[in-house]
Amino acid sequence: MTTQTSLAQPSRIAAVEAATQKFFVRHSAMLPTLAAVVILMLLFAGAELLLKGDFITPRNISALVLDNAYLLVLAVGMTFVILTAGIDLSVGSVMAFTGILGAKLLGDGLPPIVAIPAMLLGGAAIGLLIGILVQYFHVQPFIASLAGLFLGRGLAYVVSLSSIRVEDSATLWLQSTRFRLGEWYITPTGIIALLTVAVAAFVLHYTRFGRTIYAIGGNEQSAKLMGLRVASATVTAYVISGLCGGLAGLLLTAYSGAGYPRNGIGTELDAIAAVVIGGTLLTGGRGYVVGSMVGVFVYGTIKTIISFMGAEQSWMQIIVGALLLLFIVVQRLIVARSGAKS
Amino acid sequence: MGGTASSRHDGAMDNAVPLAELRNITVDYGPERVLDDVSFRLIPGEVHSLMGENGAGKSTLIKVLTGALKPSAGAIVVDGDRVVFGSPADALRRGISPVYQEIDLLPNLSVAENIFIGREPRKHGRIDWEQMRIRAAAQLADLGLTVEPSTLLGAHPVATQQLVAIARAISADVRILVLDEPTSSLDTDEVAELFRVIKELKQRGVAIVFISHFLDQVYEISDRITVLRDGRFVGEYLTNELLRVDLVAQMLGRELGATAVVRADIDVEDEALPVLEGDDLVTHGGLRGVSASLMAGEVLGVAGLRGSGRTALARAIAGIDRLEGGEVRLGGDKVNLANPRRALAEGIVYSSENRRVEGIIGELSVAENITLALQAQQGAVRRLTPARARELALSWIEALDIRPADPDRRAGDLSGGNQQKVMLARLLALAPRVVVLDEPTRGIDIGAKVEVQRLVGELADDGLAVMFISAELEEVLRSSHRVAILRDKKVVDILPSQALTIDTLLALVARPDDVED
Repeated sequence: MTTQTSLAQPSRIAAVEAATQKFFVRHSAMLPTLAAVVILMLLFAGAELLLKGDFITPRNISALVLDNAYLLVLAVGMTFVILTAGIDLSVGSVMAFTGILGAKLLGDGLPPIVAIPAMLLGGAAIGLLIGILVQYFHVQPFIASLAGLFLGRGLAYVVSLSSIRVEDSATLWLQSTRFRLGEWYITPTGIIALLTVAVAAFVLHYTRFGRTIYAIGGNEQSAKLMGLRVASATVTAYVISGLCGGLAGLLLTAYSGAGYPRNGIGTELDAIAAVVIGGTLLTGGRGYVVGSMVGVFVYGTIKTIISFMGAEQSWMQIIVGALLLLFIVVQRLIVARSGAKS
Repeated sequence: MGGTASSRHDGAMDNAVPLAELRNITVDYGPERVLDDVSFRLIPGEVHSLMGENGAGKSTLIKVLTGALKPSAGAIVVDGDRVVFGSPADALRRGISPVYQEIDLLPNLSVAENIFIGREPRKHGRIDWEQMRIRAAAQLADLGLTVEPSTLLGAHPVATQQLVAIARAISADVRILVLDEPTSSLDTDEVAELFRVIKELKQRGVAIVFISHFLDQVYEISDRITVLRDGRFVGEYLTNELLRVDLVAQMLGRELGATAVVRADIDVEDEALPVLEGDDLVTHGGLRGVSASLMAGEVLGVAGLRGSGRTALARAIAGIDRLEGGEVRLGGDKVNLANPRRALAEGIVYSSENRRVEGIIGELSVAENITLALQAQQGAVRRLTPARARELALSWIEALDIRPADPDRRAGDLSGGNQQKVMLARLLALAPRVVVLDEPTRGIDIGAKVEVQRLVGELADDGLAVMFISAELEEVLRSSHRVAILRDKKVVDILPSQALTIDTLLALVARPDDVED
């Protein structure tokens, strides 16, 4: 009997340990994303304490979605590219180009039914160009998309050197409509952004194309030998990123009521930061688009907290930098851990 | 499968209609002809072994069959139609399903997905994950494998991954299954399971290409053997009409003679001082109190099943896995092998079992691969001059008979056996005291294997202390002075190899755990 009780304790601990280990092995792919959720919760809780219960309000949360809609869309596109172990530096410029292009077309009296597809196509075309360079000319994604960055920015300046106001009714509707539920509200731009996340999550999880994206990031050579359509999927990933750049251009133009060729300088880095914070590995093959959404919210929340506190905006960059470092280290540890198992 | 169903494909029938044929295939890599007018045919319900030494062109021929490589000349005929494969996907559509020698799966995805990706079960146009898990579980159970299909593939050991690759290949509507060294990382039970599945597939009329360097397995499973040598077709034989001696002679193009036996039966002097001693070593998840010693001029074989702590012991000594208990002594002094660099500085070199992942850098030349570690040890300041590096590389290429004897060749283009020799050369260039070799002959051919075994013997003769780890008991027994037997992460016994036979060693290694503690 005595031996039984003395044995029972360690065995129970062992069982718990085994269960935890099993959990970690099974869900290791999700851990970085869960970590992002935890960080977001901590940020919320911290801000709530700091501002004495004045932070988690329907107004603030609603504004978080509104203010970051364009970044959310960019991060979605970026997730596709990073999952293939690529990178797209062009999206900030693409957003500026398509934004000013749309504003110009609308200003010239063209209807939104023409202007909006033109914006989306413009973004997709630059994405296609980068994708072709990467896939068929074996140009490093960094370099190919750097070319896209300059191209997009140059095209933006070609369209207009100064800001163009938008007074088109459809854009104004996007800008000013608020669907309300009590104190909560959401804008059409917010809905578009959240829909983009939902569609992307579906595509990545439930379609063969989506799984091919993961396969490419895991091992491109293996993916080819397994008979997957690697070439078309890679190019499509960049087209999606460009398309998201175009859509973000639309959202930003609607949000700010104008197109401006200097918009989005460095925004591609914000998008990359959000994706990485959201738990997608820069080496590809692991991550979730929902994680990227959480990453964008982390990013937006830090921004909000800092402006609430009236601190210098430069703190924003320091904190995001520190968070990025932290996440990259965490990811390394997770990869090392799961690597040691095999 | 009805028990009484008598197969029409029991024996090899020479008048049978082939499912697929490779006719007069020639492949050129640049100026070099790697396959020259080779023909190969596959008959439904037959296992056809493709035999040949390293570099004979087996892998190249397989790549042609599976659409991974376009031949320079010759025809591929499937079901009587001449076909051109633009990609592996084209071959897959014709039911040709390969399992490559180096495991080519996706470690970042689940086991289930690795089996089904590219042809996932779908419902309403979207992937049906539940169905995929169920079918994967059934497929795995068929192979005698109990892994949870939703776990990440990368979290499983190499042998499991190998079986998953096979599960993937046969889950398709497979008509021609290509198995390139499928058994190199499997243990005896797993091989038996695999053979059972192969026999079932034969009954279903599937044609199987089998490549293995284990002659026993080739003779056990195959109906027909085609031999290649130096990229040329030597002959096609029915297995039961080809004597082993003749097969080996055909492969090598010469009589076996003295190369077949490497017996290291020189006695190590009893009073010799151990160079390296491990005392009660414990590592996380790897070793549970392992003690062993290594003398100068000795080959210590390490025998054990997969997961017995074979590799963990090597990793502990090489400073890769941190010790949680016990100590390592070198020449009597305790050393702290905190990382591989420290181990290297102490003169301990390690060749890992995953030479593709952890060893050879395919993009660099043979010379660069050989001098890599030496350069790293010297530091960036004292750079080896290119002339010196080349000279050094050439001397090792000659000493180890690396082929082709071209220091500027991309290391990735070499055959498995020669890559292994490049690895060895790199380690030996460091002038080590202790050499730890983990599966140095895995996935390479008899000819190369015998050479590596002989090299191991020579190293010991030169006064090095060698630890030789292999899953092949016969090889361990043949190459070692003493054998450390590992079971369940502990040393069971260390015995002189003369005192052991294959059977006694097997019994020691594989004793069932009938004694509970």
